[in-house]
Amino acid sequence: MVAIQLFNEIGSIFRNTPTYALVLETLLLIAVIWLLLHRRGAGNSRRRRLTKEEEDQIIADYTPEPLVADTDPNHPLLRTRIVQSKVGKRITVDGNDCLNLGSHNYLGFLEDQDILEESCKTLRKYGVGSCGPRGFYGTMDVHLDLEDRIAKFMGLEEAIVYSYGFSTVASAIPAYAKRGDIVFVDEAVNFAIQKGLDASRSTIAFFKHNDVEDLERLLIEQEKRDQKNPKKALKTRRFLVAEGIYMNTGEICPLPELVSLRQKYKLRLFIDESISFGTLGKGGRGVTEHFNVDRDEIDLISAGMEGSMATIGGFCVGSHFIAEHQRLSGLGYIFSASLPPMLTQAAISALDRFEQEPQIFQQLQDKAKTLHQKFSRFSKLTIRGNELSPVKHLYLATPAENYDKELQLLTELADKCIAQGVAVVQAAYLKDREHQPVRPSIRIAVNRLLEQTDINAAFDTIESVSSALL
Amino acid sequence: MGNFDGDSGTVFEQSYATTNGANGKLPNGNGAAIGSPSNGGLNLNHAEEPRGEAEPFLSQRKFSAPAYTEIRTRRCNANAAAEAKNRSPNYHPEKRSIANGHAKVLRDHEETQPNKVEGILSPEVEHSQKTSFEEVPLHTACLTYLGFYLLMILGYINQLLFVPKVATEKGREGYVTLYDAFESFYSRYVYRRIKDCWNRPICSVPGDELTLKDRVSDDYGWSFKFTGTETRCLNLGSYNYLGFAAATGPCADESEEKARNFGLAYCSSRCELGNNEQLQELESLTARYLGVEDAIVFGMGFATNALNLPSLLGPNCLVISDEKNHASIILGLRLSGATTKVFKHNNMRDLERVLRQGVCYGNPKNGGKPYKKVMILVEGIFSMEGSIVRLPEIIALKKKYKAYLYLDEAHSIGAMGSHGKGVTDYFNVDPKDVDILMGTFTKSFGSAGGYLAGTKKLIDFLRTNSHAHCYASSISPPIAQQIMTSMKTIMGEDGTEIGRRKIMQLARNTRYFRRRLAQLGVITYGHEDSPVVPMLVYLFSKIGAVVRTLTTRHIAVVGAGFPATPIMEGRIRFCLSAAHTKEQLDYALEAIDEIADDLGLKYSNKPRDPNPIIY
Repeated sequence: MVAIQLFNEIGSIFRNTPTYALVLETLLLIAVIWLLLHRRGAGNSRRRRLTKEEEDQIIADYTPEPLVADTDPNHPLLRTRIVQSKVGKRITVDGNDCLNLGSHNYLGFLEDQDILEESCKTLRKYGVGSCGPRGFYGTMDVHLDLEDRIAKFMGLEEAIVYSYGFSTVASAIPAYAKRGDIVFVDEAVNFAIQKGLDASRSTIAFFKHNDVEDLERLLIEQEKRDQKNPKKALKTRRFLVAEGIYMNTGEICPLPELVSLRQKYKLRLFIDESISFGTLGKGGRGVTEHFNVDRDEIDLISAGMEGSMATIGGFCVGSHFIAEHQRLSGLGYIFSASLPPMLTQAAISALDRFEQEPQIFQQLQDKAKTLHQKFSRFSKLTIRGNELSPVKHLYLATPAENYDKELQLLTELADKCIAQGVAVVQAAYLKDREHQPVRPSIRIAVNRLLEQTDINAAFDTIESVSSALL
Repeated sequence: MGNFDGDSGTVFEQSYATTNGANGKLPNGNGAAIGSPSNGGLNLNHAEEPRGEAEPFLSQRKFSAPAYTEIRTRRCNANAAAEAKNRSPNYHPEKRSIANGHAKVLRDHEETQPNKVEGILSPEVEHSQKTSFEEVPLHTACLTYLGFYLLMILGYINQLLFVPKVATEKGREGYVTLYDAFESFYSRYVYRRIKDCWNRPICSVPGDELTLKDRVSDDYGWSFKFTGTETRCLNLGSYNYLGFAAATGPCADESEEKARNFGLAYCSSRCELGNNEQLQELESLTARYLGVEDAIVFGMGFATNALNLPSLLGPNCLVISDEKNHASIILGLRLSGATTKVFKHNNMRDLERVLRQGVCYGNPKNGGKPYKKVMILVEGIFSMEGSIVRLPEIIALKKKYKAYLYLDEAHSIGAMGSHGKGVTDYFNVDPKDVDILMGTFTKSFGSAGGYLAGTKKLIDFLRTNSHAHCYASSISPPIAQQIMTSMKTIMGEDGTEIGRRKIMQLARNTRYFRRRLAQLGVITYGHEDSPVVPMLVYLFSKIGAVVRTLTTRHIAVVGAGFPATPIMEGRIRFCLSAAHTKEQLDYALEAIDEIADDLGLKYSNKPRDPNPIIY
């Protein structure tokens, strides 16, 4: 009785439902069943369980690629020059006593006896290594001193010291930029920044080197995307990364323009001042001082101490809010042993010199200018870089047919110059790992201690070698 | 190691004889030295007299450091502490000022076994017998979670009621917030409570002892200020395994000389104007030390992993990585773009499962085609677990599945094996069976930097492809010199026995300390020959309690909690050193014993060895 009623009930449902609904529901049902079966079926066909014998067979047949490819014994990076003396204004390379235009010892602090004395004193107090990361008894009072001094010198709240120049900016960027964020970067940035960007897993937008219009174009594009998806835009952090002086070109970044774009588009601006710190500006405070830009406009300044400070390591400096974060998130800071105390002391002593003798920066800039003017006159080479920059690049005036040929010519040029007493060196790049090809060049590093006569002599040597060779 | 003088050695030997006189196994030393003026206040023949006088002095000193507070439960009374002190008058960090940072020489190395596998049992059995591990007791696990949630809840309430005393961003209104909310919450309200246990500044050599620069916080950890006082502590926190951290002695002398002759840096990369004879010599020395064809060195250990793994691996490579691998390896793998699969810590069955799966089924992203190469990535000693890699089994698996092996010996190089050549030496396997040997110079060598070693072909490839080699600054001359001098000492090329003795002393210290800890009934992890000794305290709050209380006893240790370890497994880590003496270890063990009673750290259910442990 009940069964008949139920049957009638179901029948009425079917009768009352429009046909199209029935058809749709049936299709839906079929689709669900099909999907369920298909998924399992697909899994089966692709990931068919192999029997043990089959697996063993595959393992026996498996031939992996060799661990590394063979290296060409004539690879240009395999042949490096041997430095046989203390590095200073003069340097002994492969047995030749040379004028040094290759080491990034801009202020000549490597020859400074006072800095060396104080470092040795520190060695006698703390030993060589620090035997631990900063968290685990690797923090020594010299590290705190240095951080304090850098922050004061730059007029900012907090500094954080890393034990390796490369890892400074490469750790700082991924401490803030994460997956889903967007980073606008100059295409000519150095390799350490590129690795930091890789580690951040953010979306990267490269703009043309020092081209503010191109940057603005990208920013406008991003703005349009944000308007389409405002929800996502609320979560997307935007960063702008540039170098003070570019390692790869020697140019100075257009900081005032970058700062105004930062304000307009609400970006956070990170500047890597590995070269510009201790070289630009009246007091050596870098590109911000050079352009007279308020340092609060920059979110984070990072710099290596391997240039003007003539030691090892690097630091980041910024507001307390920004810099403090790296103490728990900067991978290269947390997981690495701290900077050896004697090298930390060398940085402190270098800062002492910065403060006591601010005229050294003017001297360096004058030398850079003089050298720039002189070196612009090569007949077969062109110079690139800002005239105030201590780093300049010399390129072949008439490009050779390819990268390898250019590099080979420049290497030969450098070799001959070294044989004749001028140490210059072709810039080393991992050609295939840079995000964009970098043109081979001779990278010139200006030293404050160079005299006019040194510059003239270097010019004559390079000019005669290059005219003969090219 | 300049002060390798017989005097201090004799003093300590003599004191073993006094404390351990019952077993009579230790020689009496030469009696002539006893009572010589250089012994200072440590003359044990008259130990009874100074003990009485020293006691009030010591207890004064203990509380004279206002920066540290002792955490005590009601069960414990002050008398117990006083009694405990009475038992160990031989050594106290504050009392002694001699021989800072220098290893004390062992006289009786007949007694000492270097650390290496015995090979009587099969490798698996021996390894598992020697590795201590215990499951968390259920009630402790519950309490740990409860404690953690309580901390979080209190933190949230705190955050609601009070404005946190942190810097806020200025002039960036309308920007997307820079930090993840949970992350900043965690560091402000959970980590801050025991923030004083980390980043403690020191102002001395991180040798067998160190000097803490005391600091206090008036605002519950938001900020610190220095009191201007210093506290001398026994150092169980630094990675100074072989005791080469010293401000005097041949290492420091030669480093200083090098700095004077070659300066502090080269201001250039190895590929430009940063290469020199010293670094080439260091590389060939490292290769010789490790018993492989060639090696390449870098200025930072972290970067050695992070900047070289991307050159060795690429997309369509499979990496099988231990779950407890170091952050630098994980970063390197992330940069490389290789497929990474993780296997359970030191679990060979799981490793084989993952390997088999990877080799047989290929890369699913690439339609199941085989991977270009498969690499197993492990560490020699895992720094948070204290465990030793099961190398012979891994080598067998690697050969079976034609995988490559990358071995990170950051902690094990120098510290393991009868010649200090790392885990390959310990297990007596051919170092050439490991495709890539990596290690750091920070720890056992007391310097900074790292190396990669292997075949000439591999190293040549790295010289042309390594990020660090091409772009980063070359190693500073005094830093490189420290490595060379200490490495030659370990190898015995300096013509002394010092290196061998240091290795023996470390092995002996390690066994003694680990066995004594087990006897106390605390849970430790790891292998009995591993100088990294994690002691499990589980609860987050106990990490802080133990570190602070041990500091009041002048012992510096390292705590580790979430996120460095799983939430449930808060731990204290002791790092042993060849520079430690038995007196120092006894002193530490006594303090640990007392604190363990007091704070309830004796979690272990294992039977305890009732016999005294022989040093």
